[in-house]
This record gives sequence, structure tokens and C-alpha cells, in this order.
Amino acid sequence: MEDEPGTRAVACVPGFVRPGCSSPRPSGACAIEPRESTTGGPPDEVAVQLRGIAKRFPGVIANHDVDIAVRRGTVHAIVGENGAGKSTLMKILYGVQRPDDGTITVGGTERTFHSPSDAIATGIGMVFQHFQLADNLTVLENVVLGAERKHGIGDRARERIAEISDSYSLDIEPDRLVAELGVGARQRVEILKVLYRGAEIIILDEPTAVLVPQEVDELFDNLRELKTEGLAVIFISHKLDEVLAVADEITVMRRGTTVATVTPAEVTARQLAELMVGSELPSPATEESTVTDRVMLSVRDLTLAGGGRRPLLSDISFDIHAGEVLGIAGVEGNGQAELVETIMGMRRPTSGTIALGGDDITEWPTRQRREAGIGFIPEDRQRHALLLDAPLWENRILGHQTREPNVNGPFIDRRAARKDTQRIIEEYDVRTPGIDVLAAALSGGNQQKLIVGREMSGDPVLLVAAHPTRGVDVGAQAAIWDIIRAARRGGLAVLLISADLDELIGLSDTIQVILRGRLVGVCDPATVTPQDLGSSMTGAGAAA
Amino acid sequence: MRFDPRRVALTLAAPVLALVAAVAIASLVLAAAGDPVIEVWRTILQPPKPRNVVNIINSASVLYLSGLAVAIGFRMNLFNIGVDGQYRLAAFVAAVVAAQGWLPGVLNIVLTIVVAMLVGAMWAGVAAILKVTRGVSEVISTIMLNAIATALVAYLLRKASVQVAGSNNIGTAPIPEDSRMPGIALIPGAPNEVYGFVVVAIAAGIAYSVLLSRTTFGFNLRATGRSESAAVASGIDVKRMVVIAMLISGGVAGLVGMPLLLGSAYSYGLTFQSGLGFAGIAVALLGRNNPVGIAIGALLFSYLNEQSNPLQILVGVSDDIVKIVQGIVVLTVVIAYEVVRRYGVAQEQRKVARELANQRRRDSEEVSAA
Repeated sequence: MEDEPGTRAVACVPGFVRPGCSSPRPSGACAIEPRESTTGGPPDEVAVQLRGIAKRFPGVIANHDVDIAVRRGTVHAIVGENGAGKSTLMKILYGVQRPDDGTITVGGTERTFHSPSDAIATGIGMVFQHFQLADNLTVLENVVLGAERKHGIGDRARERIAEISDSYSLDIEPDRLVAELGVGARQRVEILKVLYRGAEIIILDEPTAVLVPQEVDELFDNLRELKTEGLAVIFISHKLDEVLAVADEITVMRRGTTVATVTPAEVTARQLAELMVGSELPSPATEESTVTDRVMLSVRDLTLAGGGRRPLLSDISFDIHAGEVLGIAGVEGNGQAELVETIMGMRRPTSGTIALGGDDITEWPTRQRREAGIGFIPEDRQRHALLLDAPLWENRILGHQTREPNVNGPFIDRRAARKDTQRIIEEYDVRTPGIDVLAAALSGGNQQKLIVGREMSGDPVLLVAAHPTRGVDVGAQAAIWDIIRAARRGGLAVLLISADLDELIGLSDTIQVILRGRLVGVCDPATVTPQDLGSSMTGAGAAA
Repeated sequence: MRFDPRRVALTLAAPVLALVAAVAIASLVLAAAGDPVIEVWRTILQPPKPRNVVNIINSASVLYLSGLAVAIGFRMNLFNIGVDGQYRLAAFVAAVVAAQGWLPGVLNIVLTIVVAMLVGAMWAGVAAILKVTRGVSEVISTIMLNAIATALVAYLLRKASVQVAGSNNIGTAPIPEDSRMPGIALIPGAPNEVYGFVVVAIAAGIAYSVLLSRTTFGFNLRATGRSESAAVASGIDVKRMVVIAMLISGGVAGLVGMPLLLGSAYSYGLTFQSGLGFAGIAVALLGRNNPVGIAIGALLFSYLNEQSNPLQILVGVSDDIVKIVQGIVVLTVVIAYEVVRRYGVAQEQRKVARELANQRRRDSEEVSAA
């Protein structure tokens, strides 16, 4: 802890000052908790026990024979690839879903939850991955919302919040507007909300997905505080290094069931991953460079004015060559989405130019850009890349409405579109019973493989990929990485936006760091570490 | 698409459920008001005479066009409530133009129809332009435009009208005899004829079907309706689609008054039928925006209207009970379709999960066998 004062200050998101920054927490808080008191606890210390939980749920692999025991005063991680049944299981524990089979025992008593309020009443709280906070309300107002009966909405509530904040070192000021808080602070507000409602068992769903490495460290300090106070923390994640760093016990889920419960001392990240996947783990490995000297996408002085004082994008300039993957690293909300939308023609830049293979496309509409060979994997596939209520073969047409093989003059060529959908399904291993199935019926990974397959059709020259493997399982992730690498070898230029720093480092030939709408630095993926990238993303790297 | 008995059953389940529920609720209303429930239904369900069949077909053709006009908007999540104002303004202007007899015979009919479609499209276009340039909800603007159309037609009717002999009615000059649309003696034994415009209505239904499900334009339109965000990302110019869809919807709305103008009324007067645009919304909802479904909905509505006429005389019950039935049908249909749709989606997801699980099992068996 003592060797990190610099990074601690860095983690304070610029623009607001948190009191905790100037007065570091009591150091060594993480070292106080001796491991033996947690792992070797007597059975009566079990806070939650799940036995034989089963759930048949449409479209999702069912939970079956799930057995988990979470002890008080521990952080219990649940890991598994996407679709392994973690979310379903947590929804069952939080009363959102009812299990078809099995029992939930909380504090020695068997419980049936009809709704989350039942779960909350027995001391279970959940912090969702996507924060459920109202920006234009204060911390206090957010916390008491829906729990007005606990301590009212006035001074009593304010005192209680301060008390909780102090005892768990959360550094929360009750009267700050949530809009002014950074991501890390918002997450602490969410944790505080749950504690305020009297939770003794806290579920955190992928809590680190939105944090930079320094904020992750802070979160882990908070979690250690929580367990010191005797709370049980259930930590859902698929980032194995983090799990090994913070958890006391780790339960691995695979295909809907629990396959093992281990302690961090017993396993390595690799072993854990293999337990998760049930086979060898894929990794994004850097390959020999295929970068050519042919500039495919050239962006010059791109500026996009926003509603606020500061432009959304300022003076962005970069080139992507054929066969090059340019990665953009940045904390979410620093202009990545706007950059993608501007390149795709969904937003008009205020100034600057975009050229594709020599043509100035700045004024081109989205359709024309796509026809010129820009493939697009949007960040939010369900909103931007799919018609969920439409069959797969109609989704094959989406974005390619004017191109072979989908159309024949002004008419849709159903037969050809269907045939080509079949091809994509086979080539890209989309697991589906057929092409007449609605897109909504597929799992996330299979939806994404369909999208990637579609966007790689029609010989693209540039692929704009925003978080191409977000929320997909390890198998699909490896497949998508392979596709991108193969296309890069074939001369494709790729703009890769990702929050997964390993993915960025593994796939990119060059990494540009974006901060508040500006490109603030270039990193060489061959030498940079996720920690370095994390520092640059928060602005520390630019200063250094 | 393969024939799937389960899918067919699902498709039929919703309207049947809805009708049964509507009849039950209407019966309760009748019973509560102390009216003879059985007698009412017996009157409504008695077989229509040939003359009534012709009337049913005729008024169904009008409702069908109105339903199509609304449905085009619906497919894109546009709520064109303004079909009512669009068809009345269109019918009025078309009546004025037709009466001039600028062109002979059939050509004058064509001109009349074109004028009606243009006026309908123009009136809808006002709402479209307000929406894409100023973000005004088309629901609000079309309601306003309906009111304006009513006032505008009333105002202009004074100027363009001629006194109809022997009545207080005023109307536009009648259109020349040679540019009236001849009827078709479709039903044997009926003293009256089916509107010639029924052919146009059927053609419009076919055009609607081809346009929406076979063309790129139709794909863009449906994609925009299903997910605007995905449509934008796929390169569809959503604003342009809004304008075009509203223009087409308004153009079809312009046709709504044509069967009446060219087939029976021959002029636009105070007694020209109103409210068809609102009936069209109900019919489009009932038919789930499907061209065949809308036809069935239109026939059902006009059947109920026609069969309710003798209620007052035969059983002494106000024929307004039929309006109640129609209203309930629309509500129950919307609910029933949603229930059945959710059930269908859940079924499909289950099916996919099951088939994939089977595949996986087979794969692992192969592996263990090898």
C-alpha cells in the first residue's frame, strides 16, 4: 500500500476531489484479515448455502446441481465463462428468478424468495454491473430512495450514511450530486446503498468491468474492509487475476453447474481458466506484423463539438494501414463511441476529414461508407447490429441491403440471402438450429459470431470493431480473435476499440490512448503493460 | 418457410381468443343493461341477405384501404392518426377536380385518383416534415391536422358547393356520368352492385405485401420499425424513411374516400362518410398489419356494422352495442396477440436451447466414441 501514493492520486478522476485522496486510508487494512479465520471457519458461519439449485430458463443453459456455501467474513468469487449460468444463479439468489429445484439457506434457515424485496429482507444485497443511480439526485437521495422507512430521508439518514461510509472506508459524502462522481465513487455509492438496507451478504456482479486497474485496487480495499466486518461478499467475475487477488474461496461454474471450489493458494490463473473452459485457454497473442505502407483510413484533425463546454472529439488524427490493427484504449466515455459513430457517418464532424483508401468520405452517408467496404461491429450489438425480432437470414441483410447477394434490383433476393446466411453459420460456427430462428433466441456469443461473419462478408477493406468480444464466451472470443487476425493477414485495416486491455495489447499493432476526446499517447503493444495503459488512460501517463 | 402446424395454431389462437373474450364482455354489458342477450346475437349472426353481402363488401373495401394506410405507418412505428383528415381533404379536392371534367371518361377517373393520393400524401407530409425537422410527434401533429382538415373542408365546401336540389345538403358538383366507376354484379340476386374500386383495394393490398416483404425499401422500413438504432447503424436514412413512409401512408389514405366518391356518392357533401380513418386504426390493429389480416378485420367490422342495422327495429337495442363490440375486439386483440407472441418467443428460445443441447450431446458422444 505504502508504495502506491502516486497511483492513488491518479485514480482520482480529474474534475473532482475526493477527500480520501489527501488522507490515505489506514494502511495495511488488507493485511489485518488473517486467512485462517475465514477458510477454516466452522459450518455455523456459513452465510448462504445453495444446494442442488436447478433452473430451466428459455434460451440460456439451465442451472443444474449448483452447490455453493459462502462463509461470513470472506470474499467468495464465482467465476465462469459467459453463459455458464452465473447471472441466472445470482438472479435466483436475489429473488428475481425462482429456482425449479434446490434450496437456498440463509443464516441456517431455508428461504423461498418471491421477489428481490424478500432477498433484501433477509440481508442479501446486490450491486449490478450497470449502476442504478439517478444522476441528478444527491448520494443521500439515491441511497434513501425506496428505503425511506429505514431512517427517514433527512438528518438521521445522513448520519447513518456517514457512519457506514466511515466504518467501511467508503469515502462517500452524502450531499454530493451523483452526476459529479466518477465511476469508482458511484460504485461505492451502490455498495453503500446495499449496506444501508442492512445487507450482510453482498453480491457484486462483474464490479471491475467498468474500472481502470487503479480503481480496481481501491475496490478490493473496500471489499477487504467489508469482510473484516464479518460480511459475506459474493464476487462475480471472469477476470482471473483479480479473482485470485481478492477472493478467499473460488467457485468455478461451467455449463450451468458448479465444477469446483478452490482457494487461491491451490491454483494458478491458468488452472482456473482451464477449469472454467474445460479445456486449453485461448489467448490473444501478438503475431508477426502484417502492416503494409498502404494507408487505408486516414483521419485528420477530426473535431466533434458537443453540447457542453468541451468538444466530444478534438483534433483526432491517425492513419490505419492495410494489414494494421489500431487499438484505441481509454476509459469508457472518453470519446470512443463518438469516434466510431463519426467514422461510420452516424455523426457529422464539426471539422476535420476522413479518407478511406484515398477517397474523402467526410460527407458520405453511412450507407455509402458501408458500400465502400467498411465493416462495422458496434458496441451494443442488440441495439445497433441486430433486429432481435427478425429471423437470422433477415439479420444477414441488415447493413448490406444494397449489396450482393442480398438484393436483386429493388427486390430482396430471399433465396440468395438465405443461402449466404447458411454459409455464415457454417463458416463462423454460429450455433443455431436454423436460419429461421429469431436473433433473440441465440446466445450472445452466437449473435456476435453472426455479426462478425456478416461484416466480414463482401470483402471489407476496413473493419471498425467496438468491443468485439464483450459479453461473449471464451470459445467465441477466441474464434473472433482468429477471424480478426486472419483478416489482418489478408490486408484488412482494423480500428479496434476495447475495454479489455489484454485484447487490445494482444491484437493491436499500435495502441492510441484516448482521454477526454483527444488522442494523448501512442503505446507499443509489444512492450506496454495493462498497468501502464491504465495510467495513461486516466491521464497520468500523459503527464509523465 | 416450411408449414408448421404449431405456428399456424399460434397465429389463429390470438384472434379467436380475442373474439371470444369480446363476445363475452359485450354479453355482460347487454345483460347489465337488461337487454335480451340471445336475441341480439341471433340478429347479428343471422345469415346476411345478398343485398347486405354487397354492402359488407363495399364498406369493407373502404375500411381495408384505411387499414392499409395506417398499417404502413405502424410497420415503421409511425402512428398516423391523421388518415381521417387526409382522406376527407383528399376526397374533397378530388371531387372538385373530378367535377370539372377536364379529361374524358376513364382518364378523369385516373386523374381523380392521382389527385386524391397527392392531396392525402401532402397532408401527411406536413406531419412528416414537422417530425424530421422539429421532432414533433406525428401522433400530436396528425391529430391537429385532422381538426384543421375538418375546418378547411367545411370552409372550402361553402365556396365550391352547389345546393343539392330539394335538401339542405350542400356538396361539390357531381362528377360527370362518364367518369363514374361502374359497379360489378358480383353477388347473384342482389339488387345492388359491388364497387368497381374493390379491384383497386385488392391491388393496393397486393402492392403493400410485395413492397413490404419483397423489396429493399420494405426491408428498410421494417428494419426501422423494429429497431431504429440498428437501422441507423446499417446505413438507413431514418428521416428520409419517415418522410417516405408518411407520404405513402397519406397517399393510400387518399384512396379511402374514392370507392364512395366514384362508386356511390359522386360528389363530396356534408353527408360524406367520416370517421373511416379511426376505424382504419382499429382494423390495422386487428389485422396485425398483415394484408390478409387487415382484409379479415375490415370484413369483420363491416359485417358487424351491417348486421347491427336491424337491431333497433327487431329487438329494440341500440346498434351502438356493435361499436362497443368493435372497441372491445381491438383491445382484446392487442392483448391476445401480445400474450401469444410472448408465448411463441419463449417456445422458440426453448426449442433452440433444446436443439443445441441435443447437438452438444451428440458431439460429446462422438468424441467419447472416438
